Amino acid sequence: MSKIEEKLFQDRYQVDTAGAHIAIKDAELCLHCEQQQCAVCCPAGCYTQEGNGRLVLITDGCLECGTCRIVCDQRNLDWEWPRGGFGILFKFG
Amino acid sequence: MSEKFDVIVVGAGMAGNACAYVLAQGGLKVLQIERGETPGSKNVQGAILYADAIERIIPDFRDDAPLERHMIEQRLWIMDDNAYVGASYRSEDFNQEPYNRYTILRTHFDQWFNKKVREAGALVICETTVTELLLDGKRVIGVLTDRKGGEIYADAVVLCDGVNSRLATKAGFHPEIQPKDVALAVKEIHFLPQETIEARFNLGENEGVAIEMAGKITAGMMGTGFLYTNQESITLGVGCMLSDFKKQKVTPYQLLEKMKNHPSIKPLIADSEMKEYAAHLIPEGGYNAIPKVYGDGWMIAGDAGQFVNGLHREGSNLAMTTGMLAAQTLIALKAAGKPFNATHLSAYKTKLDNSFVMKDLKKYRRMPDIFHRNKQFFTTYPDLLSQAAQSMIRVDGIDKKSKEQGIKKSFLASRSWFGLLGDAFKFWRAVE
Repeated sequence: MSKIEEKLFQDRYQVDTAGAHIAIKDAELCLHCEQQQCAVCCPAGCYTQEGNGRLVLITDGCLECGTCRIVCDQRNLDWEWPRGGFGILFKFG
Repeated sequence: MSEKFDVIVVGAGMAGNACAYVLAQGGLKVLQIERGETPGSKNVQGAILYADAIERIIPDFRDDAPLERHMIEQRLWIMDDNAYVGASYRSEDFNQEPYNRYTILRTHFDQWFNKKVREAGALVICETTVTELLLDGKRVIGVLTDRKGGEIYADAVVLCDGVNSRLATKAGFHPEIQPKDVALAVKEIHFLPQETIEARFNLGENEGVAIEMAGKITAGMMGTGFLYTNQESITLGVGCMLSDFKKQKVTPYQLLEKMKNHPSIKPLIADSEMKEYAAHLIPEGGYNAIPKVYGDGWMIAGDAGQFVNGLHREGSNLAMTTGMLAAQTLIALKAAGKPFNATHLSAYKTKLDNSFVMKDLKKYRRMPDIFHRNKQFFTTYPDLLSQAAQSMIRVDGIDKKSKEQGIKKSFLASRSWFGLLGDAFKFWRAVE
């Protein structure tokens, strides 16, 4: 159980097909971010470093903790709660 | 929805449920809005419930609240990679009713609590996200939701929207949260047969144990780990300050995996079935991080107000208490026919200051800064303690006097006399 995907597989989600609740505002800004700590700190592994300096964000596994918004020094995220009823649905919390 | 409410409570966590319940009991017209599918479906906690706080709101909560185990033992483990130096307190006194604290599963507990809110007469709507506060100048007059025609009006809005406190920051009531003021915690719940849990932890039926951990499990970061026994499951996790997570390359889930594989923890969760993984931010900034918690037509309670006592691992009781005090303030003003403006709502701050909430947070106001600047409490000392314990316990033909001298040398080599005395003083200042 060491991979994040295996952990998230145990969780229940109602994914909003209408759109993601977090978006990178300006992808170019991330290219110039040396640390890209969102990729380290996100507990759901939603941010992937492409290797060419680009970051890919897939919010389907988001646990809605708010970490990425707070660690981003560039304030480069549009970060909203998912629409009512969507996103992570904890069984035990 | 064109009708107007006395109060809108945003969120159905501990603060929101406590607030809405007390308001409804007090006869106010209350609307509670929750973004989850059901109350509790977005909420994450360790979780220990302190009876005192809920008892002041629902005295007979034990009759039907979903409680897991009452805690009879508390263990503290200071850990290095292979060992822990521990202290525990177990007392039969904690086995006498009424019990003092319980493990709970938040999703189950919050559903129960919210049922009480509805029974008390509040209107609760779920699957609805509040996106913004409606303002008339500086005065909050309602909320905007993501439902059709989503404007709802009220004389006051109580923000119990959790640690991220999005509504207050968006409205400019307080600045953005800083990484140094929150801890990121991740945890898992592992299921095991009831008898297995009771055998592994030396427990009788319904008895529980909590283990709090510090040291190497946080990989040099300021933080702690925990393990709590539930009825048929074990919750375990680890949390570190986000400002520390930000400076290194270990992911939260790698940290959790390492903790689960510690030789002292691994046997406790062996053969279990992991059924949920969760993450959550915990406000750890303490007294100095608390924002302004009231204004014209608005109040803040619970995690949104950063009300957490980090050292004592208390949060849900502060959330319930602040939610209750916010409600009592509004009820008194309504009865006196006074408007919910900043001048009158300042009575909430007075209530907070006179309660254990602000008294405790004030007592530990220096702690976050001192621990931030002195990582040796999380790195050097656990190692030294473990080595010292091993040296004294291992029988190997070396005389005890020489061992003591060796231990003394190891402490001095790592910290020096000046460092040791300074650390003792700092630790005292942090908790005095």
